[in-house]
Amino acid sequence: MSLVSEVGQRAFDLGVPIAVHLDVTYRCNERCVHCYLDHDDHGEMTTAEIKGVLDQLAEAGVFFLTFSGGEVFMRRDFMELVEYARRLMFVVKIKTNAVMIHEEEARRIRELGVDTIQISVYSHRPEVHDAITKLPHSFERTVRAIRFLHDQGLRVTIANVLMTANSADHKGVQELADELGVHYTLDPTITPMMDGDTSVLSLRIPGEELPEIFHNPALVDNQDDYCAPPKPPSKEDLEGYSCSAGHAFCYISPYGDVFPCVQFPLPTGNVRQQKFLDIWNFSPQMNEVRSIKVKDLAVCSSCSHAGTCSRCPGLAYMEGSMRGPSTADCEKSFYRTGVPTANMLRHGLSKPRTTVPLIQIRPVAVPA
Amino acid sequence: MPENCIYITRSSAIAARALGGEMMVMNSANSTFFTLNEVATAIFQAADGSTPLQEIVRDRICQQFDVDPDQAQADAEQFVSELCGHGVLVVSSRPSVAESRS
Repeated sequence: MSLVSEVGQRAFDLGVPIAVHLDVTYRCNERCVHCYLDHDDHGEMTTAEIKGVLDQLAEAGVFFLTFSGGEVFMRRDFMELVEYARRLMFVVKIKTNAVMIHEEEARRIRELGVDTIQISVYSHRPEVHDAITKLPHSFERTVRAIRFLHDQGLRVTIANVLMTANSADHKGVQELADELGVHYTLDPTITPMMDGDTSVLSLRIPGEELPEIFHNPALVDNQDDYCAPPKPPSKEDLEGYSCSAGHAFCYISPYGDVFPCVQFPLPTGNVRQQKFLDIWNFSPQMNEVRSIKVKDLAVCSSCSHAGTCSRCPGLAYMEGSMRGPSTADCEKSFYRTGVPTANMLRHGLSKPRTTVPLIQIRPVAVPA
Repeated sequence: MPENCIYITRSSAIAARALGGEMMVMNSANSTFFTLNEVATAIFQAADGSTPLQEIVRDRICQQFDVDPDQAQADAEQFVSELCGHGVLVVSSRPSVAESRS
């Protein structure tokens, strides 16, 4: 176990929120076809409010802080927030489309000691990337920004979300990342929009195409282990938890709402009305999330994948129960190993059935 | 003030946070990650650039922990040297506050 993993486990055991994802805005200069966000501003936190939240997060023991959005640079005070966060000695990660990053911004990001910058690139073909972002010349501007950031010696990761429009392009994007000297990560997850509109799910790559990704050694390390049939879950597996959401990690929206994870739309409180630590320690919803062990899961506790599945309790919650299965993860487990899940078997299915999540993160208290 | 006084400051490139009595330290410039024990954490927290290391050892370490003063000073100097090598601490022969005022 690496030192970072050991520290993460200790935070988990102590109930310390060691990592927080903070969206500073939902506004964006791109209009990506698959995006789930409502880009209108429904009253996002002010500079002073966010600084106050950062003070509270530092006091609570948060070490890893991810700034994301929307597009973070849509906020004119974004660099001020990063500077403030670094003064509080957070490890800062930024997720951005980088379109608004020029040499000056890249230099400032390096001076502030930002740890990593994750940038969305959809294709190595400009016309495909621009068609997805709906922002002309966005590919050119994003790639130019990556060069600026790399020239500053910063750690950059290209995040390649895969969907029907670019499903064949991951090899090209990976080669582009190599050429630029940056890291590459791939994500085939498409989620419904905040208003419940599920039309974007039609952009998901079909499950039948997942094996090509999971069994591609250029994309997945340790192929043999990763794609091996699951071992029967151990006692430790069943006494364990699904993930770190609510245990050592949480998400805060631009409106101050606190959730167990960015992908877990269960409202637990709002930092405009309560202290962060009061929400973290005493929210009944947060405590319920962290009480659920694998052995408590209605269907998954009897599944052969229970010890290895990447089951997301947030996606399960969106399907109706945080103790139930997450069909998207059943699909991944099946196409990864070829072994049916308990959720499939109880429905007599030979292939996963794609169900549609119904709930998404949305502002809990929209100002009048 | 002794001639061999050294002053230590935390590098602006690092991130740090206490967890369960230990200090986690990450240097974003090279992604090195450390955890410091209780004694090292006390020195790290006192590294304000204006307090001589000898004074930190005398007032923070020897008073809080049951250690021999000479051994504590030697250990502290070795610890500071190692963390300087990793870019976590910066050593100066003059206090940083005095420098900024001059």
